[in-house]
Amino acid sequence: MRILTYIRQVLDAEESVHIANNSVALENSKLVMDTMDEYGVEEALRLRESGVDAEIVAVAVGPARVQNALRTALAMGVDRAIHVETDVRLDPVAVSKILAQIATQEGATLILSGGQQADWDSHALGAATAERLNWPQAAWTSALELKGTTLTGKHDADEGSESFTLELPAVITTQQGLNEPRYPTLPNIMKSKKKELRKESLDQFNVAPKLKFVSAEIQVKNRLNKIIDGKDVLAAAAQLVDLLRNEARVIA
Amino acid sequence: MILIVVEHASGKVSKSTWEMVTAARELGREDPITALVLGNNVAPIAAEIAHAVDQVLVADLPLLAQYDPELWSAAVAQIATEGEASVVLIGGSRSGREYSPRVAIKVDAPLLEDVISLKANGDKLTAQHYTFLARVTETIEATGPVAVVTIKPGVFNPATPRTEAAEQFDVDLTLPTPRFKVTGKTAERSARVSLTEADIVVSGGRGVGSAEGFTQYVEALADQLGAAVGATRAIVDAGWRPYSEQVGQTGKTVQPKLYIAIGISGAVQHLSGMNKSKTIVAINRDAEAPIFKIADYGIVGDVPQLLPAILAELKK
Repeated sequence: MRILTYIRQVLDAEESVHIANNSVALENSKLVMDTMDEYGVEEALRLRESGVDAEIVAVAVGPARVQNALRTALAMGVDRAIHVETDVRLDPVAVSKILAQIATQEGATLILSGGQQADWDSHALGAATAERLNWPQAAWTSALELKGTTLTGKHDADEGSESFTLELPAVITTQQGLNEPRYPTLPNIMKSKKKELRKESLDQFNVAPKLKFVSAEIQVKNRLNKIIDGKDVLAAAAQLVDLLRNEARVIA
Repeated sequence: MILIVVEHASGKVSKSTWEMVTAARELGREDPITALVLGNNVAPIAAEIAHAVDQVLVADLPLLAQYDPELWSAAVAQIATEGEASVVLIGGSRSGREYSPRVAIKVDAPLLEDVISLKANGDKLTAQHYTFLARVTETIEATGPVAVVTIKPGVFNPATPRTEAAEQFDVDLTLPTPRFKVTGKTAERSARVSLTEADIVVSGGRGVGSAEGFTQYVEALADQLGAAVGATRAIVDAGWRPYSEQVGQTGKTVQPKLYIAIGISGAVQHLSGMNKSKTIVAINRDAEAPIFKIADYGIVGDVPQLLPAILAELKK
């Protein structure tokens, strides 16, 4: 079988966000593979290590720099990578059109994608891709097994979690707790340099985004920052309770 | 029409639905506001929401007893198409954000996800949503005959019901056979108020010392205040608390009137789940902890000493 894992390159969570020309400026910031996508790569590798005969292909859409994230996926153990190069920011519904076409071309039967994107905070890509392919999906998956063509697993629902079964082909979106992604080892990094990273142009996918990005701003809510020294425990406790009751009026 | 897909749980219309009613009314369009109720034995839900909208469409079927993304998206897309909906409002819950992309593709519409504001100008919709772990507010636009929008919970004011009730209609749906089979459920219901709907949230991190410390300080304060309980990823990973209580990037997003962070340093992933809270209180030993930068009130000091004192003060 063939497994696709969708890879995104995002700002490292420890980096601060800068805005320039009405959008987030990523130049000069540390960029990494989205953690949610690391779970996807790791899960694909684990499925293979559990005895599933699978080729694993990493796919990314974005500017030239996203190849670094694909290289990381290759170094983790993915077999080859496909990069659809574009400098245009596409919304997830538009990206799903690309991913679905690649899945069809590649004859993939399982797609792994991040549950929530660390940059656009979107949940949509996995479901949108499943819809375009007319596949079922499991979102926010925290455990996964594959026997034959049957997936079993666990995922988070609105209230609590659910165990499920699902027949391939299917889309799975990831979630913290699914696994602990491995670090690429030096030999695997060396090996990955010889692996195929194929570039594709955006034109052939006939993508027409319907969403327009207008502006971005950092809105910082002004906080009161009334910080009490807690050395005198009783006085500090009394002062805090008094502030919450009589100034903020948030407790009775 | 403006279509609202009603979110409900335990036989009641969820708060998120009342918030969607406000979002629909604020669009200021002439279109009738239509509520779609999907489920099984949902007559009380339909009767309740009838007091907030112009008409109610009901699909009350055994097949709809269990949520499924393919069933829900097929139902919503069919009603949106037949009713020529201009806007489809879906709750920003896990399930809403799971099936809404399918609806958008089925009706060939843009998807505006997890919005915190929504304005209409002719057939142009302008919305805001958070990006970059809720550190950035982005403005997005979509133009066209129909748009699918998920509404972030806890942002819009819940609408108040009217005395008069709108008419209800049963709808016939053409539904697919679900392929996602649920084989078991683990409820996360606790005796306390729901984390995402609570007015007050008390959360704990590593600074509470242990699972016992969490019970002694965080849960005790939460019970004293009638609050929900939250946790950081670190202590969920440590097994002190269940994942259902996790607040942050990979857990729940909360926006209560009061958020009390106990022994939480304030990693950006945690802040993204709570930094929009109205009033933030931090209690932490480390004066340099990032949580104090976004706190309205705080005490620098030891949790095991301060919490009993605060509890005693509240009981006075």
